[in-house]
Amino acid sequence: MLDADFFRRWMTATAASVEREAERLTALDSPIGDADHGSNLRRGFAAVTAVLEKEAPDTPGAVLVLAGRQLISTVGGASGPLYGTLLRRTGKALGDAAEVSEAQLGDALRAGVDAVMTLGGAAPGDKTMIDALVPAVDALAESFAAARVAAEEGASATTPLQARKGRASYLGERSIGHQDPGATSAALLIAALAATADPEAADV
Amino acid sequence: MSEEKRVGIVLVSHSAAVADSVAELARGLAGAGASVPVAPAGGTEDGGLGTSAELISAAAASVDRGAGVAVLTDLGSAVLTVKALLAEGDELPADTRLVDAPFVEGAVAAVVTASTGADLTAVAAAASEAYSYRKE
Repeated sequence: MLDADFFRRWMTATAASVEREAERLTALDSPIGDADHGSNLRRGFAAVTAVLEKEAPDTPGAVLVLAGRQLISTVGGASGPLYGTLLRRTGKALGDAAEVSEAQLGDALRAGVDAVMTLGGAAPGDKTMIDALVPAVDALAESFAAARVAAEEGASATTPLQARKGRASYLGERSIGHQDPGATSAALLIAALAATADPEAADV
Repeated sequence: MSEEKRVGIVLVSHSAAVADSVAELARGLAGAGASVPVAPAGGTEDGGLGTSAELISAAAASVDRGAGVAVLTDLGSAVLTVKALLAEGDELPADTRLVDAPFVEGAVAAVVTASTGADLTAVAAAASEAYSYRKE
């Protein structure tokens, strides 16, 4: 079973990973976006870490709802409301249980991903974070490690796609050949989850 | 309808300069609409380009006179941020609506309509209708 501390460690691990990879995310966002994905997410997740230290919610759902709220307020770009909605809806789906099973997390994360698709109007294949999140949620039924691999493969698979959402969509065919920054950061979020579940298996 | 009950208008742009200018333009073209509460929410809190949930919430609170608040936005992340705030439930005044409208034309239509004392539905409809004005 996964408790509030597990979810706090997941968020902290994500913040550390985003901090470490911020320049790579921004580099990916330069040719097809406005080159702020890394700095935006770094600011957002730093705020998440700070608020979780201060408020220390005592259920998994409350941790994610608070983290999502913080991302919506602090990111300043589209990734704020998108990641914020992902975490909030996942947190709300977990309810107020003190501990949740891996299966419950999988179901809740699927509800969160569905909410992101509704908010952004994106579907798999549009070259967005959804292309990493949907396969990750599907693979989560198997294991955290499988989810991590699926998210990373999903992010890589966005390279040949043409963007159909957001600023990159204006570039048309020129968006082809670049890995999507949102799918890349989504893979970091899932990798941090896998690393939190099994710290010895991965050095995130 | 008294001035206190006028619909409030919030203009959300990625740029503070754009939001401020469109607010000024809409107020100017509305004439008597100067009495309509209009608040720009442009850029990020530190003055950069982007969208700020805090600025949007503050702007909406500042124009709320109890008759509802119409929010007009420019690009993608402004739309997503407003939708996310609406989903929060308690971040915006109770009767706040994201209006599907072109930013500049919709802002003028919304402010002029609100200046007549029209309700939120009429203000939103007038702003959306600005899409039907073709330029060629």
